[in-house]
Amino acid sequence: MHVSHLSLVDFRSYAEVELPLDRGVTAFIGPNGQGKTNLIEAVGYLATLGSHRVAQDAPLVRLGAERAVVRANVVAGSEPDARAALLEIEITPGKTNRARINRAPASRPRDILGVLRTVLFAPEDLALVKGDPSDRRRYLDELLVARAPRFAGVRSDYERVLKQRNALLKSASAAMRARRGGAGTPDLSTLDVWDTHLARAGSELLAARLELIEALRPLVAKAYESVAATESGTSNVDIRLDYKSSLGPDVHLAADREHLAAALTDAAARMRKDELERGVSLIGPHRDDMVLSLGPMPAKGYASHGESWSFALALRLASYELLRTMGGDPVLILDDVFAELDAGRRHRLAELVSQADQVLVTAAVPADVPAALSGVRVDVSDGVVRRAA
Amino acid sequence: MYEGVVQSLIDELGRLPGVGPKSAQRIAFHILAADADDVHRLATALNEVKEKVRFCVACGNVAEAEQCQICRDPRRDQSILCVVEEPKDVVAIERTREFRGRYHVLGGAISPIEGIGPDELRVKELMTRLADGSITELIIATDPNLEGEATATYLARLVKPMGLRVTRLASGLPVGGDLEYADEVTLGRAFEGRRQLDV
Ligand SMILES: Nc1ncnc2c1ncn2[C@@H]1O[C@H](COP(=O)(O)OP(=O)(O)O)[C@@H](O)[C@H]1O
Ligand SMILES: [Mg+2]
Ligand SMILES: [Zn+2]
Repeated sequence: MHVSHLSLVDFRSYAEVELPLDRGVTAFIGPNGQGKTNLIEAVGYLATLGSHRVAQDAPLVRLGAERAVVRANVVAGSEPDARAALLEIEITPGKTNRARINRAPASRPRDILGVLRTVLFAPEDLALVKGDPSDRRRYLDELLVARAPRFAGVRSDYERVLKQRNALLKSASAAMRARRGGAGTPDLSTLDVWDTHLARAGSELLAARLELIEALRPLVAKAYESVAATESGTSNVDIRLDYKSSLGPDVHLAADREHLAAALTDAAARMRKDELERGVSLIGPHRDDMVLSLGPMPAKGYASHGESWSFALALRLASYELLRTMGGDPVLILDDVFAELDAGRRHRLAELVSQADQVLVTAAVPADVPAALSGVRVDVSDGVVRRAA
Repeated sequence: MYEGVVQSLIDELGRLPGVGPKSAQRIAFHILAADADDVHRLATALNEVKEKVRFCVACGNVAEAEQCQICRDPRRDQSILCVVEEPKDVVAIERTREFRGRYHVLGGAISPIEGIGPDELRVKELMTRLADGSITELIIATDPNLEGEATATYLARLVKPMGLRVTRLASGLPVGGDLEYADEVTLGRAFEGRRQLDV
């Protein structure tokens, strides 16, 4: 698929931009701070309803403006049976965003998910290896949604149950502390109910993540090999991807929802005292992690800078492979990544992505874009976007 | 800021659900410019609704007497009770003409975030109504969203020892929404296809 036209109104630094785009490679070139990432961030937002840089919507709206609009014409498939869809999202911080598809209002923004699919590589990806578990959970969950948009609902249901359950634990915990020494226990009659709903939503998310890891495992290993290749002759290191569940090592992690729901319910019962003590939910997919390892060592803390980059790139390349096997090529976005890589990785990454339907690259100088990715060049300077002759 | 009474009107309007500061201002200036008769009718309606309308002592629905029309109607089936969150849900279900029993209005759904638990809802009153055994089926028609589902689970477990038939509206209602937004046909079908709730 590809984006054939992008329009922005009051998005980040742009008051207004109309940008026609082609299939193949487009490189956005310009010094730092000129608005290159802002452009591709908008494309990513339409695909995921989130930014790869910030968790909140407020910074996405141009300073002084009330709302931003991002609109893109998305073409899926190729002639003669290409299908186009016009996607539009109006971002109003503090209110519900509004989405439209082919000019018809969607009842919820998440109804547009799945129309545009992207895989975005960015300098921030190093956090997939070196960062917190939350970075890796986000990677998994975003990929689940890209693969099957209904998981946006599963994810938000789980987050909502978690919020409700935490609110109850917090007030129960405060009540317990207040009456410590006195008689009586706080009213926990509804905690069982939230346990049930946490297990229900949590088991669906957990089962999906487990299944996803299985699918990713061979793809990540293969991608790692291609991107790290020849490096000090160690092309066949044993790359591993494992799910680390807060249920603990004794629970068998089969992607069977009923089994997982029962395990989550048991864990809630087992942890009740601790949870009441601390006033938060201690077990569930929100406390899990994905462990990446190179041979016998975990990547986090042990891998070199170069190995960490290979792993991060391998995770993104694996997403690309996984998505393209169903529903066609996603749009690839490479935001300022080549400057982070050594010559070998740069070259190999460029080779691996060069055949995608559409590749959007940003770089400070033309020399940062590998030769394999020659295509259309667009200069970005002080918010002015101009196609180079 | 505007002078005294105008600003108080804007402030009061701004407290209504769904009315932001800008709309409050727009409505206030509309009222200022409107015909005095029109405004008086609005003021009278507001006053009367607070004076005359109260809540049915039996079911919690809005009523103009001690009991609401539905509870007073002897033709309604006394053996089936339908639990809803709000009086507006009673209106939505009545529109379908599928249901001939009576209602119990909880006054909301369980939501710890908002500090709402069973004690803040009309749960005790429900248990009192069920105590004499004349009600044999309880239909739980709370909203098809998380809080509504949690409330349904809670109630079903609570009344389980009483041995009555507990049902939940069939799926097919728009998930995540309010009961009142479902159209009559969909809601009617959900009633017909209600299923026993296992908890
Ligand atoms: N909400 C906003 N309103 C106005 N300007 C913004 C906003 N967010 C970011 N910017 C500006 O955008 C520029 C950064 O653009 P970016 O696309 O990240 O640059 P780069 O070309 O280096 O990728 C900065 O100058 C920043 O001040
Ligand atoms: Mg940038
Ligand atoms: Zn009544």
